[in-house]
Amino acid sequence: MRVRINGREEALPDSVTTLQELVRDRGLVPEHIVIEVNLQVIFRDDWPKVSLRDEDRIEIVSFVGGG
Amino acid sequence: MLEDTLEIGGKRIACRLFVGTGKYSSHAVMREVLLAAGADVVTVALRRVDGSVKTENILDYVPQSCTVMINTSGARNAEEAIRIARLARAAGAGNWIKVEVIADSRYLLPDNMETLKATEILVREGFVVFPYMSPDLSMARRMADCGASAVMPLGSPIGTNRGLRTEELVDIMIREISVPIVVDAGLGKPSDACRCMEMGCAAVMVNTAIAVSRNPVEFARAFSMAVKAGRLAWRSGLPEIAGGARASSPLTGFLRDTE
Repeated sequence: MRVRINGREEALPDSVTTLQELVRDRGLVPEHIVIEVNLQVIFRDDWPKVSLRDEDRIEIVSFVGGG
Repeated sequence: MLEDTLEIGGKRIACRLFVGTGKYSSHAVMREVLLAAGADVVTVALRRVDGSVKTENILDYVPQSCTVMINTSGARNAEEAIRIARLARAAGAGNWIKVEVIADSRYLLPDNMETLKATEILVREGFVVFPYMSPDLSMARRMADCGASAVMPLGSPIGTNRGLRTEELVDIMIREISVPIVVDAGLGKPSDACRCMEMGCAAVMVNTAIAVSRNPVEFARAFSMAVKAGRLAWRSGLPEIAGGARASSPLTGFLRDTE
């Protein structure tokens, strides 16, 4: 499956079918990130329920220092 | 004097120096700065994660007593600012938002029109909104009318340390706008912050000046003292400025013969 993650097109391995699996695959710390799929914010509790589809646009963001 | 706290969005803010968390050499130094300043309000930004695995969360370094205000930096229009605000709230960062919409990459000056649009929508969605703006009376009035909790006029362009170059316009805003005025951006030294507070600003916001100084922790302390001094001076009532000299010592009893 091919999706766009943070603006870059990427091919996901077959083992990744949900948002939860994507987070695990990337080694991301769930408490530190927020995810949007196709401009819709997805809350952490819903990550296992969200199946990814071809051409999904995924944004993964976290907090950084700023003024 | 009676307790002098600023009440915004249901919170009591004792420290009128808002502190940004960008540009520090480490999260640990940033934390020391926030503690030294006694900061109650701190700003944080939101960015795409890069490929590397993050093991540290900047929010873990912000003292528990602080209210975190997420800025919408990186937004070029109202739509992007709104998107960032919603993401931040979903991440559990609360509902305090500094709306920062910048379409100009050379001077980083805010787009007041887009800022107003974002402010209006975010207020409706229940956010406590602080629009960062170019000082303009009519715009500030519109922002206050649509529910902004405060307005944040710039002192000079972001990160320049040039001080309060917009003094006349900010002064008019202080006199005319019903919501708190928080001068943000460009304040380079404690006396700049003190001046803002003497004029009657409700608070000031500083990041770069503290972060890039040789000793950020001590400089933060100096800023905090200056803000307190300026505030106390304003509350005490600044004396009028006279044209000619007015003697401080009695004009009688001199050690000389009368003519």
